[in-house]
Order: sequence, then C-alpha cells, then structure tokens
Amino acid sequence: MVKVSAPAKWTLRLLAVGYVFFLVAWPTGLLAYRTFEDGLSSVLDTFQEPDVQAALKLTAEVAIIAVVINLVFGVTISILLVRYEFPGKRALSAMVDVPLSVSPVVVGLALVLVYNGRDGWFGPGLEENGVIVIFNTPGLVMATCFVALPLVIREVVPTLHEIGDDQEQAARSLGANAPQTFWRITLPSIKWAVVYGVVLSLARSVGEFGAVKVVSSNLRGKDLTATLMVENKYQNFAQEQAYAIAFLLVLISIACLVVVALLRPKTDD
Amino acid sequence: MSTALSGATIDTARPASPQGRRPGRAKRSTPRNTLTPGAGLGLGIAMLWFSLLVLLPLSAIVATAAAGGWENYVQVLQNDQTWAALKLTVTQAVIVTLINIVMGTVIAWVLVRDKFPGKAILNVIIDVPFALPTIVAGLVLLALYGPNSPIGINWAFTPNAVLLAFAFVTLPFIVRTVQPVLEELEADVEEAAASLGANRFTIFRRIILPSLVPAIFAGAALSFARAISEFGSLVLLSGSRPFETEVVSVRVLSFIENGSYASAAALASVMLAVALFVIVVLDIVQRWVAHRG
Repeated sequence: MVKVSAPAKWTLRLLAVGYVFFLVAWPTGLLAYRTFEDGLSSVLDTFQEPDVQAALKLTAEVAIIAVVINLVFGVTISILLVRYEFPGKRALSAMVDVPLSVSPVVVGLALVLVYNGRDGWFGPGLEENGVIVIFNTPGLVMATCFVALPLVIREVVPTLHEIGDDQEQAARSLGANAPQTFWRITLPSIKWAVVYGVVLSLARSVGEFGAVKVVSSNLRGKDLTATLMVENKYQNFAQEQAYAIAFLLVLISIACLVVVALLRPKTDD
Repeated sequence: MSTALSGATIDTARPASPQGRRPGRAKRSTPRNTLTPGAGLGLGIAMLWFSLLVLLPLSAIVATAAAGGWENYVQVLQNDQTWAALKLTVTQAVIVTLINIVMGTVIAWVLVRDKFPGKAILNVIIDVPFALPTIVAGLVLLALYGPNSPIGINWAFTPNAVLLAFAFVTLPFIVRTVQPVLEELEADVEEAAASLGANRFTIFRRIILPSLVPAIFAGAALSFARAISEFGSLVLLSGSRPFETEVVSVRVLSFIENGSYASAAALASVMLAVALFVIVVLDIVQRWVAHRG
C-alpha cells in the first residue's frame, strides 16, 4: 500500500477532523450544552407540559404504526423481489427506491393532492365515510411511511441474496409449507437485517419533518409531532423548550446509530 | 455503514455472467412468472398499498401540473421569486457538491488509510447528519453559526446558511460511497506501480483515483439530489427570505399554503424530474461499473 508522506498525512487528517468537528461535532455538542445551560429542572419542566407530552405521544404512535407497516410491507416486497420472477419486477425494484430521492415537501403535496377532503382524488369520498386523512393522524402515518419506505427493503434484499435459497428448498422438500418455511428458515436468517432496517426506519420516522408539516394542520395538541413542536416552540421564542425537545430527538437518533453500530461490526471487519 | 439512509447502494453490483453476457438482458429475453398463489396475493396487496401511498400521489402531482397546461409552467417558472429560489438552490447545491467531492474523498481516505486514536468516533459522527431530524439539524447549526455564536459567526438568514445546511445534510454521501471502494482496493497494484518507479502523486492520480471516480460520482449525484430537495434544516436557519434565502422546497410549501396546488405541482414536478434524472444516471453508472468490473 502506498505510503503518504508525514506532512501530507497530517494535513489530510487535520482537514478531515477539522471539517467534521466544525460542521457536525461542535454544533451538536453546543446544542447539548445550551439545553442544560439553565439546569436540568427547566428541561424536565418542558416535558411536563401537556402540549409537549401530546406531541411526543403522537410522534411515538405515528412512528410505531409506520414502522410496523413498513416492516410487513418491506419484508414481503423483499422476498417477492429476491425469490420470485414476475413481469415488472425490475420496474418495481427501481420504484421502491423513489421515496429516498423525493423532497419531503413534494411527498406532502402528493398526499394532499390525492387525500385532501376538498378536491382530492379520494379525499371527499373517504371523508363521507368518516375517514379524514389530511390534517389528521392517518395523513401523518402515510407521510411517515412514504419517506421511510425503502429502508427495510434495502437491508433485507442484499441479505436474502447472500443466504441463497438452499435451506428453503430443503425445508420445502421435507414437506414444510410456505408459512413454516418463512417463520422457521427465512426469518431467522434475515433477522439482523430486519432489526437493522427497523432501527433505521424508526430513526427516520421519529425525525420526519417536511412531509409531516405539509399534511399536518400544525395545531397544538391536535396533530403536532415532536419535530413540528421544535419549530413551533422556537418560532414562538420558547427557545429553551425547543432545545429540550430537540435534545431528546438527538438522543433518540444517536441511540439508533449506536444500536446500528453495535449490530454491524461483524460485516465491517 | 449506513448506506441505507444515504441511498448509496441502489443495486448491489452483480458479477457478469460467465458467458460475458449482461445478466439483465439474458433475464429479459425469458420473462418468467414463478409466483405461487400465496405469493401472488402478497404481491397484489403490497402493490395496492404501494399504489395508494406512492404511485397515485406522485401521479397526482404530474396530472395536476399537466392539467394547468404549458402556460402554468411558464407562469410559475417565470415568476421572479421562484426563479430566484431555483437559482439559489441550484448554485448552492453545486457548490456543496464540489466541496463534498473534495472533503468526502479526503474523509474517506483518512477513515480507511490513516490510523489515529478517535478514528472510530469520527466514523460514527459522519452518520450523525443522516440520523438527526432535519429540523434539529437546523437548530444545531444555529447554535454555532447563529446569533449567539461563541465564535462570532452569524450566518443565520444569509445565503451562507443555505450552504451550511446543505453541507451538513449531505456530508455522509460521498464518504459512505467512496469508503467501501477504497477498502476493497488491492494494495499490490499500488506496490507494483511504486516498484516500477511511480511516485506517490502518480500512483494516486493513475491508480487510485480512476477506481474511485464512479463512487465519487455516485455520491456526488446523491448529495446534489439531496441538497436541491432539502427543506427541514433550512426552516429555522435561513429564515426563507424571498429573493435572498428562499429555496425551491420552501417555495413549493408557500404555494401549498396559499392553496395554489397547480403552481405547487408544476414546481414539484420539476423537482421530481430532477430526482428521476439522478436515479437514471446512477443506474447507468452502476451498470457500467458492474459491466466493466
């Protein structure tokens, strides 16, 4: 391997560390510092507020529903894409990645155009039957599902390719039916990929802002999620409270990163 | 590491078939259907949900934009404020992508070829921008580059804020696409070049860089696409002043809030077209790399 001269090595090292320090590490650390500047009690007070508690509860609800939907959908699509042949497979495989490249605001707009109660394609019909999607929890869930859709699939598909289908065929030839093969053979071998995908989806779902902002009515206590609450508090000059909620979100996302890092070392080395 | 969040590895490159034919082509000539009834039902339900969630809503944007006709497009794009937003977004996204090409490659290099205490921490910090909610990313940047900055830099509500936010959210893309390629590079080629008298710079330019270019390009495309669609991190940081710090996605949002869905859809369809273009280009690059390698 080519050796880099010592000055060049130090320049590159300093450049890399300096850039990351000024762009990510220091600002993130500073947020933590500002959160606890006025002591722990003011942070705890923030989480006593009914509005904030409602927002956190809503976020948890929406994130859990969205993750469960994406989990079931993701595993199904992954198995179909890897283990079966059908017309349009390539197109579907390309389409499931689309949500990653679409702007969150465009995601929100797309859902509003179809499901709003005034002139949406399905909105008025659904509202006649008592289902309100936009400016309501179902809209938040759909927006969250949309943005986190490919995460489970992208983890599970490569793993399914890797393990091959020898064991599944063996199980089938020994008389196992499809559900038995899935629960006993396929699922245990893709378990970690699924967990990894779920953690990533959870982080994405809890943190979604743009798409959720468009489909939410932005009314406190009604359909304001934690990320929307951060914006709302900050713009109403309740900066300490905005920092406190933001810090909680940072903790959740860093926890997700750590879980992922702990699950992954086998493949990295 | 978390290429999943980056959208970096869309298709894992598969080795070419022994006959040297492109595997995709070979498959297409014999369209098969191996769906069992149960799998067919699963596919049906999954497709129904996928259509309701993704396909129909995205078509609604195209349909709404098209319903307004050509004049609607012209009117939206000729609006000075929209044009300023487009120009700002594209300029800053290009600058950030260029910064990322240099810094991303340097960081990937340091992570793979260098050894120092704390490297593992650096490796984890790279992923923070992916994991952080975008609104929090804006708040985080405001802490150091806002009105109460401890280093006396106040970039809030200036075009620099847009640059900063883009740089933050796109940091991991090139790092995470280049890093695995750099790890896979065979050291013997470099050693052979060195033994034949090539100096370090020549080795880097003629041996290492050519193998990194596809990965750098893929990462650059992703970071450009992410930058032009960025929204959340700018809300608090840039103030979204018309003609100054307003980006395209904020413009779309203000169209939505005014109830002018046709204009919003027109601008959104332009953004969709750019996203689609990036996906297609990436697919071509990946096939080209898989075919060549």
